[in-house]
Amino acid sequence: MKEKLTGAQALIRALEHENVDVMFGLPGGCILPAYDPLIESKIRHILVRHEQGAGHMAEGYAHVTGRPGVAMVTSGPAATNLVTPLCDAYMDSIPMVGITGQVPTAAIGTDAFQECDTVGITRSITKHNELVMSAQDLPMVVRQAFYIATTGRPGPTLIDIPKDVLQNEMDWYWPSDDEVRDSLPGYRPNAKGHTKMIKEAARMILAARQPVLYVGGGVLKARAAGVLRELAELTQIPVVTTLMARGAFPDSHPLCLGMPGMHGTATAVTAMQKADLLIALGSRFDDRVTGKVSGFAPDAKIIHVDIDPAEQGTVRRPDVPIVGDCRLVIEEMLKAIKDLLQSGETQADVGPWRSRVSGWREQFPLAYDQSEPGAALKPQFCLEKLRDGAPEGTIVVSGVGQHQMWTSQYWNFEEPYTWVNSGGLGTMGFAVPAAIGAKVGRPDKTVWAVDGDGCFQMTAQELVTASLERIPVKIGILNNSYLGMVRQWQEMFYGERFSEVNLSGTLPDFVKWAEAMGCVGIRVDDPQEVEAAIDKANSINDRPVVVDFRVAEDEKVFPMVPAGKSNDDILLHHSQDSRREFLK
Amino acid sequence: MSGSNPYGQDSQHHVLSVLVQNRPGVLARVSALFARRGYNIFSLAVAPTEHPDYSRITIVVDLQSAPLEQMTKQLFKLIDVVRISELDPRFSVERELIMVTVKATAEQRSQIVELTNIFEARILSVGVEALTVSLDGSPSAIDDFMKALHPYGIVESQRTGLVALPKLDRAAPSSAQSAASSNTTHSSQGKAR
Ligand SMILES: Cc1ncc(C[n+]2csc(CCOP(=O)(O)OP(=O)(O)O)c2C)c(N)n1
Ligand SMILES: [Mg+2]
Repeated sequence: MKEKLTGAQALIRALEHENVDVMFGLPGGCILPAYDPLIESKIRHILVRHEQGAGHMAEGYAHVTGRPGVAMVTSGPAATNLVTPLCDAYMDSIPMVGITGQVPTAAIGTDAFQECDTVGITRSITKHNELVMSAQDLPMVVRQAFYIATTGRPGPTLIDIPKDVLQNEMDWYWPSDDEVRDSLPGYRPNAKGHTKMIKEAARMILAARQPVLYVGGGVLKARAAGVLRELAELTQIPVVTTLMARGAFPDSHPLCLGMPGMHGTATAVTAMQKADLLIALGSRFDDRVTGKVSGFAPDAKIIHVDIDPAEQGTVRRPDVPIVGDCRLVIEEMLKAIKDLLQSGETQADVGPWRSRVSGWREQFPLAYDQSEPGAALKPQFCLEKLRDGAPEGTIVVSGVGQHQMWTSQYWNFEEPYTWVNSGGLGTMGFAVPAAIGAKVGRPDKTVWAVDGDGCFQMTAQELVTASLERIPVKIGILNNSYLGMVRQWQEMFYGERFSEVNLSGTLPDFVKWAEAMGCVGIRVDDPQEVEAAIDKANSINDRPVVVDFRVAEDEKVFPMVPAGKSNDDILLHHSQDSRREFLK
Repeated sequence: MSGSNPYGQDSQHHVLSVLVQNRPGVLARVSALFARRGYNIFSLAVAPTEHPDYSRITIVVDLQSAPLEQMTKQLFKLIDVVRISELDPRFSVERELIMVTVKATAEQRSQIVELTNIFEARILSVGVEALTVSLDGSPSAIDDFMKALHPYGIVESQRTGLVALPKLDRAAPSSAQSAASSNTTHSSQGKAR
């Protein structure tokens, strides 16, 4: 005889069968039934202070583990609080499963208390979502949600469950892999690239004189960092790693040019501009990378590898499109290149290109002006010290703004899955909860969040969660008293007319706030104090630490390609302006 | 040529025949995707197919608003979409139905009946001062019919939007499969059934 369970019990058991070890959430009316069987479950539940926090924690967890993060919240306002993280995960292809309560089936459509059209609201920001109308469907819907979230191009899925569906009885079952696949006849992500196209790509790679490997987040999703390195070293082709791909290739590697794009290194930006071949791997020609599209890499042929066919040709038509998983495709590419070389084919000499690129790297390192004695701290200086003081393998998380760009620029990423940030959506407030999720996923690693004073104030309350759940994350606030990135645009593009960007240099008191949330709070004003503060923070492992770095208000992020301009119009640090000619 | 393109002088249309899983919300998913990506729809018709698990959505899309390739690729990302056939108007049979109530005074009635006969339309309902007629045909035939009726005064009209299937290939042994070769079909990979 079949085992009878309530929908709620079936839900929790299904999550256990999916090997969920932790979920982030906050209960309420409609989801109440699901919280009851959770008491007996071995799944750890982390009670957040705001549902947005639950969503970003699930994302942070997924970023560093590669496993889907799970957030469970109630209906109505809780579901709408989850909207931002779902959209964030959608933009950055993060596997995540959201579970929301819904009003009872009979009340749907009546504007019942805490009813909202969750499935309608989240339709365009999830890979798939489903309103479950029968308890009997729950195991299948859960399996589908995890299968869809983690396969093909990963992304968020959402399961919306009416209260009575959680309360009703069902006969327990657990669908097989085949049953799940058969239930989704319209979903067949293809992982293997087209052999002929891969051969063609191999030929182009060997023929190119000025090639660049343009590496995006898809390489990390496909767990392809190892084969990427093999490809780069075999062909000696320089590598740029986008904001989403930092860590996919070691920054210390002689072939690594750093980040391309709006705030990328002059070398990475210029190498792409001058390339005769761009090998795009799991990258999507985002406007923050291309600058003005018509002026982007004008002489480059394009090989575009992406698991999502819809990404190909959206911005730039590839000469060789390859739909497939980056790891599998790169493996095949390596084979094809080796076969060609074995059959006597030779690679074009990339030596002159490499020396040209090295010349740029020498001429145009990242640059900032050190503080004058007695003047305010420089954010870049703090980052250099944070980086140098961080234990090996530290995971670094950031918010959105100037501090994010500086972190991406100044950190040395040596390993994959050590960089967590909100790229596509650019969600202020991402850092604190995402860092907590990352630390939950990788408790063995040090997790530093580099946050802005603006961002921190959007989600700081989750440090209460972190203190109570004993999740010892470290937060460094690069506190410039401003919505710094917006200030930079107003200074540069609006004639220094500053409008609503000053956050106050006095309020809040971040140290007191940190302490009130159960964290250690440290304030740093002077360059002399930076190292000691960082050492102290690194030595604390029983609670979260917040370091308030009081940095210069008017520091700007360089290099910069102004929005809408061509990458050729990159603005350099003033100390390098006189050398501009070298970039020609 | 006026009337040859029912969807406006400058527009370019194409028909997508989209086989979807017959599940709640699937039409909303498809139409929301078009709205969100800024793709224009000229018409959309949806109905169950011969198989109860599937419905077919026939969408006439505006190729001026986005490349067809982008539309099909994005559409295909919807989990409920099983197969998409791009029906090139040159290689497909297209039909639409219109119902029109037209003013018909006693002396005009015979003229309208005559038009109805010429166009092979049908009279559905007869009133004191009006007639309701229906016509199924190609969109351009329907346009021409409407133009002919216009002078009498249109009270109300309703078009269904286009439905279409691939044209059968007369040269080859008759099979829908070979006919469809002039059109492009995207179906889920590895779906061996
Ligand atoms: C939720 C949200 N609101 C607004 C913005 C627009 N925005 C981008 S960066 C930024 C300033 C961030 O300020 P802060 O956190 O202090 O970082 P800073 O740039 O000063 O380093 C703003 C307002 C955003 N990205 N996200
Ligand atoms: Mg700031």
